[in-house]
Amino acid sequence: MFLSVISDADGLLRVFLLMDYNTRLVVFSTTLLGIASGLIGSFLLLRKRSLMGDALSHATLPGIALAFLVSVYFGGTGKSLGVLLTGAAITGVLGVLAVTVIRSQTRIKDDTAMGVVLSVFFGAGIVLLGIIQTMPQARAAGLESFIYGKTASMVYQDFVLLSVTAVVCLVLSLLLFKEFRLLCFDEGFAQSQGWSVVLLDLLMLLLVAGVTVAGLQTVGLILIIAFLIIPAASARMWTFRFGHMLGLAAVIGGISGWLGASLSAMVAGLPAGAVIVLTAASIFIFSLLFGADRGVLVQMFRSCRLRQRIRRQHLLRALYEILEMQVEGNTVGTGEFKESVSCEDLRRKRTWSGRELRKIIDDAYLEALVELPDKAHVRLTDVGVRESARVTRNHRLWEIYLIEYADIAPSHVDRDADAIEHILGAKLTAKLEATMADSIQLAGMRVPGSPHPIH
Amino acid sequence: MEWFALDTWIVLIGALSAGACALVGCFLVLRQMSMMGDAISHAVLPGLAIAFMVTGSRASVPMFLGAAIIGVLTAVFTQWISKLGRVDRGASMGIVFTTLFALGLLLIERASHQVDLDPGCVLYGAIELTPLDVLFIVPLGSGIEVPRAFIVLLVVFLLNLGFVGLFFKELKISSFDPSLATTLGFRSETMHYLLMTMVAITTVAAFEVVGSILVIAMLIVPPATAYLLTDRLTVMLLLSVLIGAFCALSGHISAVVIPDLFGMSSTSTSGMMAVMAGLFFTLAVCFSPRYGIRARWAASQRVDNTLIGMVETPQRGKR
Repeated sequence: MFLSVISDADGLLRVFLLMDYNTRLVVFSTTLLGIASGLIGSFLLLRKRSLMGDALSHATLPGIALAFLVSVYFGGTGKSLGVLLTGAAITGVLGVLAVTVIRSQTRIKDDTAMGVVLSVFFGAGIVLLGIIQTMPQARAAGLESFIYGKTASMVYQDFVLLSVTAVVCLVLSLLLFKEFRLLCFDEGFAQSQGWSVVLLDLLMLLLVAGVTVAGLQTVGLILIIAFLIIPAASARMWTFRFGHMLGLAAVIGGISGWLGASLSAMVAGLPAGAVIVLTAASIFIFSLLFGADRGVLVQMFRSCRLRQRIRRQHLLRALYEILEMQVEGNTVGTGEFKESVSCEDLRRKRTWSGRELRKIIDDAYLEALVELPDKAHVRLTDVGVRESARVTRNHRLWEIYLIEYADIAPSHVDRDADAIEHILGAKLTAKLEATMADSIQLAGMRVPGSPHPIH
Repeated sequence: MEWFALDTWIVLIGALSAGACALVGCFLVLRQMSMMGDAISHAVLPGLAIAFMVTGSRASVPMFLGAAIIGVLTAVFTQWISKLGRVDRGASMGIVFTTLFALGLLLIERASHQVDLDPGCVLYGAIELTPLDVLFIVPLGSGIEVPRAFIVLLVVFLLNLGFVGLFFKELKISSFDPSLATTLGFRSETMHYLLMTMVAITTVAAFEVVGSILVIAMLIVPPATAYLLTDRLTVMLLLSVLIGAFCALSGHISAVVIPDLFGMSSTSTSGMMAVMAGLFFTLAVCFSPRYGIRARWAASQRVDNTLIGMVETPQRGKR
C-alpha cells in the first residue's frame, strides 16, 4: 500500500504527516532506530571500533538461517521475526567474539581477523540459505529480504518488536552514558575505578547487536553498518563535546531514518535502506564541509589564521632583534625602539622574498603594529614595540628552557623554539617565568638576552 | 556424487578466482588493509550498475572499467575523508563503502526493468551457472567447450601474477617498510593505488563467480591462513594460492555431498568455499607449527618449566 506512487501534493502531505497507518509504522520505527544507532554509533566511533558493526551485521546471516531451520524442525513456520532476530543476535555476537579471540591469540591483526570472520560467517549464511531455498516453507519466509531490507512484508507485531528493541538500546545507552564515556576516553582510568573493561565492552557489543538486529528487516544487514557510522561521524564534525556529539548524532540518525523511510514510501521502487543511507551520507558531506569543529572550511580558516599570526610574529621578532643590536643595553620603552629599519636588513633575517616581506609588512600595518615612514623603511608603533618585546621574550624563554631543562645545545634551540613559541599561552608563559626566575634575572630586564649569537 | 565435465569446470573456475584473489590478498593482509578489500568489494556495485545502464549489456570491458574506477575512488575517498575530517580510517572506510553500496543498490533497483541484473546474483554469484556460458569450443577429440568465466579469470589470474612478479620488490618493501620504500625512491603512494586497482579488477572478475561479498573470503582468508604458516613472502603467496584452489575443490564437493547426507539437494558452492576457507583458517589458528594456539601454549609451558627449573635449582643446591 505505502509503496504505491503518490504523486500529488496531497499524497506528499499524507506521507510526511504520517497519515497512512502503514507508513506511520515504518517511519516511526525507522526514526527510533536512527536515534538509537546514532547514540550507540558515537560510542563505537570514539572507541575506534566502527567496523565492529560491519563484522557483526554480516555474521547475523547464518543466525537467521539457523533460527529458521530450528523453528521449522520444531514444527513452526519459521516466520516469527522474534525467533529469527534472536538467532541473528546470537551469531552476530559470536562473530565479534571470534574476532576478539583471533586478534588476541594469534599474530593476525585486527582488520584481517574482522575480514576473515565476516566473510566466513556470511559464506556459512549463504550455504544455509541455499539449503533453505529448496524447502517448501522457504517461499513464505523471504529470508533474503534481510540482506537488503524490505519493509513491505512486515506486520504490526514486527514494528512493536523493533521499536521496543530500539527503545531499550536507547535507554540502556543513556543509563550507561558515564561508564561508556570513561571507556572511550580513558580505558586505564576506568579500570582503576573498578570498572571491568571487558564487561563494558561486552555491554557495548550487546547494544550494537541490538540495534543491528532491529535494523535488519528495514534497512538490511549491509546498510545498517552505515546507520552506526555515518550519524556519529557527522556529529563529530560539529562539536568536540561528548554530550553534544551524542545528541547531534541521535538527531542526525533520526532525521535520516525519517526522511529515508518517507521518501521510499512516496516513490515506488526506492529501497528504504539505500535512501536512508544516502540521506545520511548527504548530511555527512555537508558536515564534512561546513562542520563547526572539524569541517574542512573551518580547518582551512584556522590554519590560515595561524600562518598569518606566525608570519606577523616573525616580522616583529626580526625587527626587535635588529633594533636590539643597534643599541647596546637598551630597554623597552625608551626611544631607541622607535628607530626605522630598512627592509633590506629585515630581508636578511629570514628567507623572505621581497614580495612576501611586503605582504607581511602590509598586514602588520593594517593591524597598526608598524608605521611606514617611506617605501623602504619600517618603524614599530607603540603597540608594535610592546608586542615585539612580548614575542621575543616568549621565544627566548622557551630557548632558555630547552637549554636548561631539555639539554639541547644552544646552537640548535632557535628552530625548536620557533615551532612552539607561536602557541605559547599566557598561562604557560607565567609558568616558564616562575621556573626560570633565577637563571634570567628578570628584574630590570623584561626581555632576556638571546642565549645564542644572532646572525 | 557423480562427477561431470561441469564439475571440473566449476572447480577450475573457482580455483582460478581464488588464486587470483589470493595473490593480491596477501598484500592486503600484510599491509593491514584487509577491510579495504571488503570495502572495495561492496563499493564496486555502482560501477557495475552504471556500466550495465550505459551499455545495456553484461559486456566485460565496460564492467571492468566501471568497477576499477569506482574501486580506486573508494580508496581515494577513504583517504580524503580520514585526512580532511580527521576521521578514524575504519570509520571513513565504512562511510564510503556503505554509501557507494546504497547508491549501487538504488541504481540496480531503478534499472532492474531495463537490464537483467539481480542484486542477489551480484552479491553471492552463481558459480554453478558459469560453465553454461560458453565462449568457444576447442576442437579436441569430441570438442571441449570453454566457458567465458574461465577465460576471464585466467586472464585476471595471469595479470595478477604478472603484477606481483613485476613489482615484487616494490610491493615487498612498501608493504613491510613504507618509509624505507620512500627513501629508496619508490612511490609507496603509487604502489598503494596500483594495488587497489588490481584488487578492484580482481573483485569484478570474481564477483560473477563467488559474488561480491564472498570475494573478500577469497581475498583475505587463504592469505591469512598462509600468514600463520610461514614467514617468507614467496612461500606465503604460493601457499595462499594452493589453499584457495583447495577451497574451491573441497567447497564444491561438500556443497554437493553434505546437504545430500541430510536428504537435501545441493547448496551454494561459493558459500561452501568460504566455509572451507574458514575451516582451514581455524585449523591453522589451532595447529600451526609456530604461530598456532597449541604451539604457543607448548612454548609458554617450556618457558614456565625453564623458569621453575631456574628457581628450584639453587634451592636444591642450598639444601
